[in-house]
Amino acid sequence: MSHSTVPRSGTEADTTEKTPVASGRATGSQEKRPSGKVSLRLRFRRDRVLLLMTLPAVLLVLLFNYVPILGNIVAFQDYDPYISDNGIVSMLHSPWVGIENFQRVFEDSAFWDAVQNTLVLFFLQLVLYFPIPIALALLINSVVRPRVRALSQAILYLPHFFSWVLVIAVFQQLFGGAGILSQLLRQHGYDGLDIMTDPNTFKFLITAQSVWKDAGWGIIVFLAALSSVSPDLYEAAAMDGAGRWRRMWHITLPALRPVIALLLVLRVGDALTVGFEQILLQRDAVGPGAAEVLDTFVWWNGVRNQDFGYAAAAGLIKGVVSLGLVLAANKVAHLMGEQGVYKK
Amino acid sequence: MTAVIDKPVRGPSRWAPPPRPTWEEEPSKAGLAGKGLVLTLACLGIFFPLWIVIVTSLSSRKTIDEAGGLVMVPKGITFVAYKELLSGGQVTRASVISILITLVGTLFSMAVSVLCAYGLSRIGSLGHRWILLALLATMFFSAGLIPTYLLVQSLGLTDSYLALILPSAISVFNILVLRGFFMGISQELIDSARIDGAGDVRILWQIVMPLSRAVLAVITLFYAVGYWSAWFNASLYLNDQDMMPLQNVMIQLVQKQEAPVGLGQAIKTGQLSGLAVQMAVMVMALLPVAVLSPFVQRHFKKGMLTGAVKG
Repeated sequence: MSHSTVPRSGTEADTTEKTPVASGRATGSQEKRPSGKVSLRLRFRRDRVLLLMTLPAVLLVLLFNYVPILGNIVAFQDYDPYISDNGIVSMLHSPWVGIENFQRVFEDSAFWDAVQNTLVLFFLQLVLYFPIPIALALLINSVVRPRVRALSQAILYLPHFFSWVLVIAVFQQLFGGAGILSQLLRQHGYDGLDIMTDPNTFKFLITAQSVWKDAGWGIIVFLAALSSVSPDLYEAAAMDGAGRWRRMWHITLPALRPVIALLLVLRVGDALTVGFEQILLQRDAVGPGAAEVLDTFVWWNGVRNQDFGYAAAAGLIKGVVSLGLVLAANKVAHLMGEQGVYKK
Repeated sequence: MTAVIDKPVRGPSRWAPPPRPTWEEEPSKAGLAGKGLVLTLACLGIFFPLWIVIVTSLSSRKTIDEAGGLVMVPKGITFVAYKELLSGGQVTRASVISILITLVGTLFSMAVSVLCAYGLSRIGSLGHRWILLALLATMFFSAGLIPTYLLVQSLGLTDSYLALILPSAISVFNILVLRGFFMGISQELIDSARIDGAGDVRILWQIVMPLSRAVLAVITLFYAVGYWSAWFNASLYLNDQDMMPLQNVMIQLVQKQEAPVGLGQAIKTGQLSGLAVQMAVMVMALLPVAVLSPFVQRHFKKGMLTGAVKG
């Protein structure tokens, strides 16, 4: 049964009967599998079950995360999907065009509009969305009745688990042309209004939807940070005469600072990715002028217009810049003494 | 004796605040009221739209006409819309498809993720560091929509439900959360099992997994919600309208205002309110999530933190 425990000798197992814990360590247990002394073959035999366990996930990641990277060569091709039914065969037979696709992308005003929309949306979300979970967390943290806390958290978490399709449908029922708001306005003699199709306010609509869906979920990390603050600090501050607000300013907020900084940095790293599904679902209603972001630009040109080389070029530009941003953001996180997404 | 004192028979309700430490000042009335107001408004902001959707879906055509659209106050509850939607036809089929994809997909995702997380949780095993690095790296880049699309198409997955499961089957973040939790399980326990002759598979199944029920529940919910909410891959890879899952049918129904196939006639002739049908589909999409997530929610914090800190 225990094929995977090759290096362990029988005699040791015998003596371990009585004190399994101590000897488990002594025989070089799981905690730190010895790597230096044991030969590769032995390690392979010992760990083959573990390797076999990771295999399915590794294969999936290789196939769907790493192999497609090679597919980015279509960005340098005049890719013709009609050469063959199989995309890879088409890829091999499509003519090379060098950086022509990239030149076209950079000269395309629609691309720059998409860049602008993406950045505007990012900043709107940063200013209007980001502070809300922090404020909500502070509020909930100051509620002492456990029942009230639990109930409000349960309600605030809920929309995070709704699909974007549902969230947008709900918004349409509230603010759409036939929605409850228009309905009320008309009943009182005003014109109905349709916020859902107004390009001028579209970016605020998107932000409002994000707030509705995820602000409650965003409080989790902050609440966790707050719950780890020692009550002694508050007591000491109160003894020294600090009032409610001073305690918040000098104890609560400093406790949140590292988390806020980290999330802020990570968000900046993710700046070029704003709500793809959410925006794609509403793109038709307001038109690409207001709704096109980089991701939907790629989708439109590639999937809809079948201009694969062009779309792949735009996607590659976005991907490379994004990677740079994420790496830079992590660097900054490290400089601030935080862990970032990965350890150094 | 003390227990009796602690629990008066008809004392303050369980909504009452716990005793306040002596150093803390009594909250001001205005402060309490303000706090309560903001919290109530936030909760109502989430609850009210759902309430309207649910109530309208349960309303008769007459009530809806009287209200001039959406209904806020329930009156004359009827299940006509649900009966129609679930008596065969497009929405019934889409719901069954969505349920099946969610079940199969979640099972597959969990199996692959748990195995991988356990395999990577034994520090110092062969290649452990490299595999972890390869998984982590994918959190920094994505290959891009177009190459992924071309790959899935080349693999012949178009018009197959595999296209809805395989490309998004695992989330590296979820694997890290599981791994973090597995690594926190008492080493002595695992060692003693090993000495008793248990292999890795047995240890995972009989020791690690039973001890990780909370995090397993959280991750299962995450995966299930992911499959249940997904619509983009279906819109990308499925051409056959009859294969579409519930979310995609909902897009047509609510956004493009198309009546579900088979019900158009009933709506036109006035037997059925089109609005109630739309709302009923929305309720069907939100119900499983709204019912399941509160059960798992007390474990969210722990799960999110293990994932966010380790890695």
